[in-house]
Amino acid sequence: MAALVVEASGPGITLQDGGRHGYLRYGITAAGPMDPLMHATANRAAGNPLDATAVEVSTGGVTVTAAEGAVGLALVAPGFRVALDGAALPGAVALTLEPGRTLAVRAGDAGSWGYLAVSGRLDVAPVLGSTATHTRSALGGLDGRGLTAGDRLPVAEGRPGAATPHRLVVPWLERDARLIRVVLGPQDDYFAPDQIAAFLTGPWTVSPRGDRMACFLDGTPVKHAKGHDIVSDGVAMGAIQVPGNGLPIVLMADRQSTGGYPKIATVIGPDLGRLAQARGGARLAFRDVTVAEAVAARKAERDHLREPAAREPVVRTDFASDFLLRLNLVGGVTDGRA
Amino acid sequence: MSDAVSEPRLLDAGEAALVVEFGTTVDPAISDRVLALDDALGADPPAGLRERVPTYRSLMLHYDPLVLDRAALADRVRALVAGTATRAAATTLWTLPCCYDAPHGEDIAEVAERTGLAPDAVVSTHAGATYRVYMYGFAPGFAYLGGLPQALAVPRRASPRPPHPANAVVIGGGLAAVATVPMPTGWYVIGATPARLYAPERDPSFFVGAGDLIRFEPVDAATFDALRAREAAGEAVVRRWESR
Repeated sequence: MAALVVEASGPGITLQDGGRHGYLRYGITAAGPMDPLMHATANRAAGNPLDATAVEVSTGGVTVTAAEGAVGLALVAPGFRVALDGAALPGAVALTLEPGRTLAVRAGDAGSWGYLAVSGRLDVAPVLGSTATHTRSALGGLDGRGLTAGDRLPVAEGRPGAATPHRLVVPWLERDARLIRVVLGPQDDYFAPDQIAAFLTGPWTVSPRGDRMACFLDGTPVKHAKGHDIVSDGVAMGAIQVPGNGLPIVLMADRQSTGGYPKIATVIGPDLGRLAQARGGARLAFRDVTVAEAVAARKAERDHLREPAAREPVVRTDFASDFLLRLNLVGGVTDGRA
Repeated sequence: MSDAVSEPRLLDAGEAALVVEFGTTVDPAISDRVLALDDALGADPPAGLRERVPTYRSLMLHYDPLVLDRAALADRVRALVAGTATRAAATTLWTLPCCYDAPHGEDIAEVAERTGLAPDAVVSTHAGATYRVYMYGFAPGFAYLGGLPQALAVPRRASPRPPHPANAVVIGGGLAAVATVPMPTGWYVIGATPARLYAPERDPSFFVGAGDLIRFEPVDAATFDALRAREAAGEAVVRRWESR
């Protein structure tokens, strides 16, 4: 059976399917992709079910090869640096990885997460019905941990991919993270109207200490009207809790199932991915929308996934990626001629 | 029952979760209403309802808004609440073996000091009570229990103690819990159970439900070790009783 072999892996690279559903009532977090739209886009491009298991690539970067056969794959990691045997490729690309060739994905100038989906099925045993990795409780993926060098991911029911690398045309992934839509509540009544307004306006700066569990925001603290302790209740992905220090925390894929801080608002599903992609230092504000508006945004998002992304042949160059990157960095070539 | 029972508040947690809030406090009567609705929805779940998460005072309903309309879900909830205002008393009682001796009951001396009880009285008081599973949360299989005798109501620690082993029996903040996964905690560790409320490889992975009752049966360290070995071999050492 062909396999994807991890040659090098930074921290935070995990296997994620659509999430572990049905066990929240027992304290089991869903996990699943940080950017569900991008994950589904990669799976659609690879010809898989939208919630199939894929490699979630962090800014830690990953290098893979194929063993015992070619592996067709779709990589969707806009803003990342991607190279096949050193030759630069687009951040969103479909290709066939032949044995002996090396695909490297590294953090680029934008984006926090990317997804690598194989054409076929990553043959990993599900735990509680899912392969999603939740490292804090050591569930799913490979022994509940992130990928490391030497890991071998067998590809069952593999299908050939594009004969030559093709760029995936995914304009719906060009998203703006400066304005994140929220539905107010469930505990917005713990805040006075002027504090809700201040919360929405921000601006907030994304803290670099975020991870799969939470996105921390820095800015002017929000004041509570009725204290910051509540009797624990359920926590949805995207819930924005405001602890005692008044700095909002957006709870993401690896969040706890319940929590005891007031939740001023909840990021709508379609905006979770764009928030997850924001890097430390990014600035943002919030806009409150109705449930109906949020559902309409979901429908629009679903429509992007009806068909696989369009493809364009990649114009091959003989330049090594390091050389290309140096060209990009110089930017003074033009000045030099002026 | 009183006719002054209030309507629950329906609170949106985004466009894919609805919180049915019956109150804001820890109260068995509120929990009864939460669990009654949980049971009713579980018996006949509408298409698109993905998860039901009962907590002390609310039921969170995760749903797919492209399948299940918010208004339809809210109507269903209101109708069920009107029709099932109370829940039959719990009929399922679980007995969990619990070793309070060293090395398991690490914090008993501290609890004795804070409560003014003798260490033996800490044990007999804890083991003499019947607990109700209010909810799971915080970590996989972490069971929040009500019913802790007032004499053991110590506040949680100001800062967490070092990680405890799996399946610690803990108290704090007027509540009791079984903490299945090792982690630092603000609770006091007064014992350990060889029974695993949560075992991902076992079918079922969980068997104690919210609303069930739990009692702790003291066992010595040698019995604990023997039971834990049986549990590790795949046997469930928890005992189930129908309480009536």
